[in-house]
Amino acid sequence: MDIGIHGVRQTAHNTPQGRLGLSVTEKRSHTQRIETAAEAIFTLCACCMVFAVGSITLYMIANGIPAIYKLGAREILFSSVWKPTAADPSFGILYVILTSVAGTVLAIFLGVPVALLTAVFLTEAAPRPLAAVVRPAIELLAGIPSVVYGLLGMLVLNPLVYRLEQWVFRGSQTHQFTGGANLLSAVLVLAIMILPTVISVSETALRAVPEQLRASSMALGASRIQTIFQIILPAARPGIVTAVVLGVGRAVGEAMAVNLVSGGCVNVPLPFCSVRFLTTAIVSEMGYAEGLHRQALFTIGLVLFGFIMLVNILLHKILREEKG
Amino acid sequence: MNCIKIETTDLNLYYGNYHALKAVTMDIRADAVTALIGPSGCGKSTFLKTINRMNDLIQGVRITGRVCLDGEEIYAPGVDVTTLRRRVGMVFQQPNPFPMSIYDNIAYGPRVHGEKNKNRLDEIVERSLRRAAIWEETKDRLKKPAPGLSGGQQQRLCIARALAVEPEVLLLDEPTSALDPVSSLRIEELLLQLKKSYTIVIVTHNMQQAVRISDDTAFFLAGTVVEWGRTGQFFSRPRDRKTMDYIAGRYG
Repeated sequence: MDIGIHGVRQTAHNTPQGRLGLSVTEKRSHTQRIETAAEAIFTLCACCMVFAVGSITLYMIANGIPAIYKLGAREILFSSVWKPTAADPSFGILYVILTSVAGTVLAIFLGVPVALLTAVFLTEAAPRPLAAVVRPAIELLAGIPSVVYGLLGMLVLNPLVYRLEQWVFRGSQTHQFTGGANLLSAVLVLAIMILPTVISVSETALRAVPEQLRASSMALGASRIQTIFQIILPAARPGIVTAVVLGVGRAVGEAMAVNLVSGGCVNVPLPFCSVRFLTTAIVSEMGYAEGLHRQALFTIGLVLFGFIMLVNILLHKILREEKG
Repeated sequence: MNCIKIETTDLNLYYGNYHALKAVTMDIRADAVTALIGPSGCGKSTFLKTINRMNDLIQGVRITGRVCLDGEEIYAPGVDVTTLRRRVGMVFQQPNPFPMSIYDNIAYGPRVHGEKNKNRLDEIVERSLRRAAIWEETKDRLKKPAPGLSGGQQQRLCIARALAVEPEVLLLDEPTSALDPVSSLRIEELLLQLKKSYTIVIVTHNMQQAVRISDDTAFFLAGTVVEWGRTGQFFSRPRDRKTMDYIAGRYG
């Protein structure tokens, strides 16, 4: 439709289908059907995820609760005697919980600084040829199955830790020697295992810091080290927090490697004690557990699940606060 | 007649094999505004960055020739780059406050140079914000995050941040090109104030801006400085044909 030179509408129309013979009101049913189908498939996939998470949660709660109900929360969560197969059985998992907490915290304290400095090195300092070696090495580290970490821990770490143990407790009458299979070994293995995650996530965060901030800091006469620690690391904080939390998640949930190097007795989490983690308790006992014992192991699973949930909620909270 | 603050002699700069600055020889007068104009990629920003050695941060840069600040060669061995950058401040095209409070943004420079005294930092922060004409807008929210300011305010904050380390020279790389016209005007007014006590070098794409605020103008083209001189003369009676074409808007 044209507007005439004096603003009078000229009512000469083309054919309603235009030049290509297509009307805008005509339904194009074939394309429409594909659109609808695609949308339905996407929705279904998303629903599967939600369903999986929901059913895991329900299942864990349904199976973890009975033991708590039968024994009482205090008896199972806050008692330290774990004798599930004794004539008069006792199901206190306090030491197991404490071991997982202590092991994770120590692994984070050891691993995160190393990981952060590695990430800083890769983004800020590494000459290109060296970075080209270090980065694939880290990716490889992430891809190694955890049981292999455990095997190497047994072969390499345990003997070293045993030597240290012999030196520390030389002449001791009371210490029960662990042969190196103890909390310290487990912490060292965990610290190494969280490195790839923490390094790559924090490296991404460091790379995302605008080049301009670095330049501005240098232009004020700050040195490179000052710029890194006072501008770049703080600017990358949300990403680094994410990295640490993911590391915590990995450390809390690790079972295989820890099972091989940590000894396996239920004990107070001290560096040279043979210890049992939440994960390793389940792995090592589920094979023969029955009745209440089995239910107690599910309770341990529920506690572990609770920790992971807590870590995730914490992460969301921190990230939201950083944004707001 | 102001004395010469910065002089470059036969300055060449290469990015790898690319010859980005070709035999640049020019003077920059103290306590005046020098505008660097020219089409994109002509080398004016590169030239600006040679004055505080920001090009050092880029790999593969090679420089020959001399750049002197108050007669001292700044590319000589043994020059302390942090002291040089303290004396020659810089403001970038994009306003880029650090992700911290307004106060900490201004105090950052003095702090990295070792100032720890709280009272003196307070003084520096207030003085710098006043000089950059942003004190009134920020004095009640010094502890608030700086990225919450508007673009124009952020840029004045960045100028205040640069002033906090007491530089003698202020380099500005298209400081208003990311701002709206009103904010730009405020920055220009600010620069006219500041030139009383600072040597200012500004890269600009806007020739009207060069006319409004600069005392001297230099025209860069393909890595060479075609012509430089007093702004009035430069625009009314350019000596070079290429300058005439450029300011007439025939290219660039």
